[in-house]
Amino acid sequence: MTTPLILLRHREIPNLDQLEVYRQNGGFEAFRKAVTTLQPVDVMNEIKNSGLRGRGGAGFPAGTKWSFLPTTIWPHYVVANADESEPGTFKDREVMENNPYQFLEGLMLASYAVQANLGFVYLRGEFWQLAKKLDACIAELHKAGLLGEKVLGSPYNLDLQTHLGAGAYICGEESALLESIEGNLGQPRLRPPFPAVYGLYGKPTVINNVETLTNVAPIIQNGAAWYRQFGTEKSPGVKIFCLSGCINKPGNYELPMGITFRELIFNYGGGVPEGRTIKAIMPAGASSNLIPADDKALDTPLDYESVMANLGSPLGSASVIVLDDSVNAAWVVNKTVSFFKHESCGKCTPCREGTYWMNTITKRILAGKATKEDIDLLAAVARQIQGKCLCPLGEFSVSAVLSGVQKFRSDFEEFIQ
Amino acid sequence: MNELLTKNQAEISNILAKYPADRHRSAVMPLLYLAQRQNGYVSRQSVEDIAEICEITPTEVVSVVGFYTLFYDEPAGRYRIQVCTDMPCALQGAEDFLKNLCQNVGIKIGETTADGLITIEEVKCLAGCHRAPVFQVQGDGDIVYHENQSVKSALKVIDDLRDKAAGEVKK
Repeated sequence: MTTPLILLRHREIPNLDQLEVYRQNGGFEAFRKAVTTLQPVDVMNEIKNSGLRGRGGAGFPAGTKWSFLPTTIWPHYVVANADESEPGTFKDREVMENNPYQFLEGLMLASYAVQANLGFVYLRGEFWQLAKKLDACIAELHKAGLLGEKVLGSPYNLDLQTHLGAGAYICGEESALLESIEGNLGQPRLRPPFPAVYGLYGKPTVINNVETLTNVAPIIQNGAAWYRQFGTEKSPGVKIFCLSGCINKPGNYELPMGITFRELIFNYGGGVPEGRTIKAIMPAGASSNLIPADDKALDTPLDYESVMANLGSPLGSASVIVLDDSVNAAWVVNKTVSFFKHESCGKCTPCREGTYWMNTITKRILAGKATKEDIDLLAAVARQIQGKCLCPLGEFSVSAVLSGVQKFRSDFEEFIQ
Repeated sequence: MNELLTKNQAEISNILAKYPADRHRSAVMPLLYLAQRQNGYVSRQSVEDIAEICEITPTEVVSVVGFYTLFYDEPAGRYRIQVCTDMPCALQGAEDFLKNLCQNVGIKIGETTADGLITIEEVKCLAGCHRAPVFQVQGDGDIVYHENQSVKSALKVIDDLRDKAAGEVKK
């Protein structure tokens, strides 16, 4: 099944990262339509009706998120989350690099919908070149009268700014991200209150992922019903699936929600190298459960409901890491916990101490210095992190550990003398 | 006297203008990048200067430096070659790549070459999993990605950086 590309349109339209080319291809018509003919609430309702859900991982309905902002507290802010840092995830980068204006138009439409006059793009520090690129795009938009005072002759004022992080995965967590813009350590806040009420500088704030926002302009332009032709009833639209690991053709694939793992891996990704067999899949990057790649898993549709119902694991950002039969699960688990140990912000004791000990124990196992009891100890430490932290990082850190020990215990035992 | 402010007046007012008028603290990270551009790390003097501009204590500035991995409180090579060895990259041979690169350059991970130009570091995910091995070069106030690398191509990148530095000396 081929559908026209909606998000990765630059693959079909050369130089789409130039404002002129983007406008020649319908760019900023949605924004013009919104600020000159639609009420903010109309924009919000169209996104609600489209069923667009947050593409950063949580899958929360975007329009509903916007509607939570109280109209009694001002100003409002909109922040784009471009802190893409999850091992296995590299989609937002491609969008911002090649189709930056469609992303910015979405951010501008979201800002209009909640009547924010200032929006931020929070980029991970490593995206230094991208920040320069977006700064140049924003300058172009000011020149074109699409940003600034009284945009397109309407009474609406809007400015956008980029803000660079400096190497901290935790800043992808929305409340830590806000702390980071405020100039603090990127440590999550206790919620409630949620950012919709108490966000940036204590004001109502919308935070959306880059990919989520990149869907907004086409929806406003073509309507919610158009968008709902793609994907499934509860997970409408298209998704950028990041495919990496043991795969012949790693990369980003924009496809309707609901295609199966098998289709993604074999029809698009070209299968696993050297004719090996797939051992396990991780549907949401390093935060995922290790899922044995049996027929049930491979035939599961990639949408928010099916992945959770069939495999007991969130779809997350749909960053599918493929592991073949040459890969040892204990090694994978050590890699993931070493990542989370490094990225734990240190605020919650179970996560800070637990990721340290999970890393130490898995290193001991791989070094052949562990006993069988250490495998149970590893799982016990993981269970003590579960459900005991302020943000999802702690939770993410145990996914591969607990599923790995449960489903692939013999891989750990291989290292026991 | 605020040395950082005196030297970079225009740039610093542009940074402050990005944020609401009463939110100078938000400028702490961009100012740390600015300070680091001079000599690759944040000096004690810069900490004092930034604290003054952001209207916070030097201790708060130091804690930000310590929290974020791209800020440094001590000097290293002018260029930091930062290789990702997280799981998807490791599955594409990033660990061997890093080991071989270090051997070829003649230093261990975390060490700096005798000419003071190159430090090789192992880092976490760079969002380039589909184009591994991947590294970034941090230095001269910039961060540049290099993807689909081999040891040979990486050594070429290092040679180019050395040529650039040598060219400046001749001038």
